[in-house]
Amino acid sequence: MIHFVLKRLASLVLTLLVATGVIFIMIEVVPGDPAAYMMGLSNNAEAADALRSQMGLDAPAWDRYKSWVSGMIAGDFGISYTYRIPVSELVGDRMMVSVPLTIYALILSTIIAIPVGVIAASKRGSIVDTGLMGFAQIGVAIPNFWFAILLVLLFSTSLQWFSAGGFPGWDAGIVECLKALTLPAISLALPQAAILSRVMRTSMLDVMNEDYIRTARAKGLTKRQALIRHGLRNAMIPVLTILGLQFSFLLAGGIIIESIFSLPGLGRLVFQSIAQRDLIVVKSIVTLLVFAVVMITFIVDMAYAVVDPRLREGNSK
Amino acid sequence: MRILIILLSIIFCHNSASAQSKISLGLQLEPPNLDPTSGAAAAIDEVVYGNIFEGLVKIDQNGNIKPGLALYWEISSDRRSYVFHLAEGVTFHDGTLFHANDVKYSFNRARAVNSTNAKKYIFAPITNIDVFDALTVMISLDNARTDFLFNIGLGDAVIVSEKTASENAFNPVGTGPFMFKDWVRGDRISLVRNDNYWGDAPRLERVDFKIITDPLSAYTAMKAGDIDAFPNYPAPENLFLFNNDPSYEVIVGLTAGETILGTNNKKAPFDNILVRKAMAHAINRQELIDGAMFGNAAPIGSHFAPDHPDYIDLTGIFPHDLDKARAFLKEAGLEKGFTASLKLPPPIYARRTGELIAHQLGKIGIDVEIENMEWAQWIDQVLRNKNFDLTIVSHVEPVDINIYANPNYYFGYDNEDFQNIIKEIDDSGDATETSSLYKLAQRKIADDAVNGYLFQLGKYGVWKRGVKGMWKNYPIRSNDLSAVYIEGADE
Repeated sequence: MIHFVLKRLASLVLTLLVATGVIFIMIEVVPGDPAAYMMGLSNNAEAADALRSQMGLDAPAWDRYKSWVSGMIAGDFGISYTYRIPVSELVGDRMMVSVPLTIYALILSTIIAIPVGVIAASKRGSIVDTGLMGFAQIGVAIPNFWFAILLVLLFSTSLQWFSAGGFPGWDAGIVECLKALTLPAISLALPQAAILSRVMRTSMLDVMNEDYIRTARAKGLTKRQALIRHGLRNAMIPVLTILGLQFSFLLAGGIIIESIFSLPGLGRLVFQSIAQRDLIVVKSIVTLLVFAVVMITFIVDMAYAVVDPRLREGNSK
Repeated sequence: MRILIILLSIIFCHNSASAQSKISLGLQLEPPNLDPTSGAAAAIDEVVYGNIFEGLVKIDQNGNIKPGLALYWEISSDRRSYVFHLAEGVTFHDGTLFHANDVKYSFNRARAVNSTNAKKYIFAPITNIDVFDALTVMISLDNARTDFLFNIGLGDAVIVSEKTASENAFNPVGTGPFMFKDWVRGDRISLVRNDNYWGDAPRLERVDFKIITDPLSAYTAMKAGDIDAFPNYPAPENLFLFNNDPSYEVIVGLTAGETILGTNNKKAPFDNILVRKAMAHAINRQELIDGAMFGNAAPIGSHFAPDHPDYIDLTGIFPHDLDKARAFLKEAGLEKGFTASLKLPPPIYARRTGELIAHQLGKIGIDVEIENMEWAQWIDQVLRNKNFDLTIVSHVEPVDINIYANPNYYFGYDNEDFQNIIKEIDDSGDATETSSLYKLAQRKIADDAVNGYLFQLGKYGVWKRGVKGMWKNYPIRSNDLSAVYIEGADE
């Protein structure tokens, strides 16, 4: 087990290092200058130059790369060009919205998807199965931004149960925040739940044909007992993979939903920073996302090992 | 018992006041920072101008110059020196007493070598700043400058304190009626009333600017009651949805934004005036205004705001006439047409107008290829490197016809006569003379069809009925809240 963990950790660090190099080079070649952007239509070259040197953009590329990476290792991500505050503070605030939102959406989608998938699998071919999978198909097909707009029109402008957007901040209390995140989380969760329930159903069906389910049945368990005690755990492996992917996707991929609900999340920050050429923020967020994806893969690998003892044993030999 | 009633009434009054003397305003673009003296973002002024920061003079909602930190001023007969008499008992939000030295510091900072002021040119004519006493300062210029007084009323020329200037980007400290409270980036910026304000006390206790980028979300946020007003509503396409609802007011005004078909005058075939005239005749302004702006914009025939007192209507010089357009193209030897690229920045007015312009020019055989780009790309390619044929952009600076006197500006209009007119305007001190010169300037660039003159961008204000004192127009980008109140909230 330790060997397995170490190996994964080593590849994690290597991936991150390579990623910073690629990110830095890509950002270097992007056309557009943050200082010129700040000056807008006034096209004031002199002031733009002054601003550029204030931002530290006049240093050679290699020096900037070194100070960027060494800064990050020390926990200093630099100062945002446009906001002029530390990037860590900026990103930290956004994470306080995006991470809870992602977790909220994943919990919702799991709560919906797993029972739906299990029920559909156990009633395979019945009208229940067809109905549930029909809904799932619709869920996959509906664009989440359109669904989000419908939710807002119903629950915010007509019923006025929720506000149409914005985030009160965690100081305002957990209930207020969860309320603000509910509609966005539902909009994000629905298509994810639809995908997840289909994966869950297929995975369950595969498992149901396995020998150990037959053995369990022979031992005297009912179909339901055999599925829940022996089937579910095995069927979870592909579902975990999808969940891991969905987490990384939702973390920054919620930009459209963030815009619709005016949420100060990570996705909108990336988008805005790219538009304003606040490149130091872009670099840091992309690195952070790479880190998050790598970490999630790592955690999912660990979770495999927990649900499937063979993985642990196989690697400790 | 009587005491109890008094107590209750105090509590009750207090509650009703604090409950309703707050206002939430929608803002489409988040300002990058809150220092109006660095960078050009209009969104900065939309939050801070007249609220947090004040200048020596103040521009009001009709574009007039009004006293600001300077209560009155004297201009010498040669119009080269200005003596400003400052308001007494003004303090910055950090408690520092405002002094004439702050004026000197602010202007010197703006014109310094390492200044990052986007409108450094405002301060270029200054030769001397003399502080006579705590409340009197004289500014001397190299020459008479007609627009100097107006210019120092802009956000770029607000008065800052030396102690706090370097932190204004994220913790702005000014002299205005509202103080900065906090900024949840990406979500909202909050201001609170400055109880020590030197002028008339503002009636609002608290102001929240909420950042709502999505145009549809602007609609839902208004309808859900999340915000009280959207001073510059971003979606002309759904304005009509408020018209039938008695709980809202829709006020359509004008901005200082002349929207033009920017044309590269230095590049063939656009260096040929016949081609530019042909294009001018091919443009159907009404179709653009109806199609792209849903009827909410004013046609222009030159680069000048229709609500400016010196404006003349020149839309008749090149009326929509395809026969004349084709005739001009033929005269230029281009009756077979040609291909041109149209580089469009992100704003929705540019994208929508661009589609229609491509169609309109197509009718006279100009094959327009649209290229959508981000602002950073646009600034790089069009503004700096002049690598473009056509573009659509709105020039939102007030009274900015003088950009045509700069031959190195992106559309590359190099005309000595025009440059002389602008120089005369600069040197003139006489209002009637200036007025006729401005008219001459408008006619000159219209006759030369330098750019396609399309329409003046509207300002669409939407607010809950009862919100009073909001600006109708945007002669400069400001949401001055000093006089705003919500009816019934104070009583």
